[in-house]
Amino acid sequence: MMKSELIDALSAGQGHLAYKDVELAVRCIVERMSGALASGERIEIRGFGSFSLHYRPPRVGRNPKTGDSVALSGKHVPHFKPGKELRDRVNQAYALELQQQATAEVKADMDAEVGAEA
Amino acid sequence: MALTKADMAEYLYEELGLNKREAKDVVEMFFEEIRSALVRGEQVKLSGFGNFDLREKKERPGRNPKTGEEIPITARRVVTFRPGQKLKSRVEAYAGTEQ
Repeated sequence: MMKSELIDALSAGQGHLAYKDVELAVRCIVERMSGALASGERIEIRGFGSFSLHYRPPRVGRNPKTGDSVALSGKHVPHFKPGKELRDRVNQAYALELQQQATAEVKADMDAEVGAEA
Repeated sequence: MALTKADMAEYLYEELGLNKREAKDVVEMFFEEIRSALVRGEQVKLSGFGNFDLREKKERPGRNPKTGEEIPITARRVVTFRPGQKLKSRVEAYAGTEQ
């Protein structure tokens, strides 16, 4: 799902808000989140997850073309930790998929056996 | 202090003039739509921010850290976040204290 499809889905569910407003709102939310992380602030969304910064210490890297070493300074990288509700829902849906697959395979095997006997 | 859904709703109210109810609903729906897509097994791409990807993990042996008892960790699907280039460079510039 891309940002545009997210906007479509939201405006379908938010009948009273104009498409343009939903589009602006999504852009604002994303901008507000990026701005928070850029200033070192965490984001905590219950049931979804949290975003924080992880620190990467300075290291000596290499220019892959020339092999020269280059000193790289320490930096922060964004990190996302999925919340419990998100983890559980994604996993339950996956477990159901696996179960359905297994059932379909057993059924296919049985059909094949019946076919071979006939 | 961490950014929350209430802060985002407040921001939409101030920036876009949505009423408080609408602002709260749109923030709520925003995260619910992303969550639903991931539950359906769909990757979510927010340009300028990053991608929420899904990875499938095979079953692997695990251990109860308390008792030392061996228990398999079942096959699962997990959500990972890959920040986009724009977000990465904005965050890289943050010179604050180590978190």
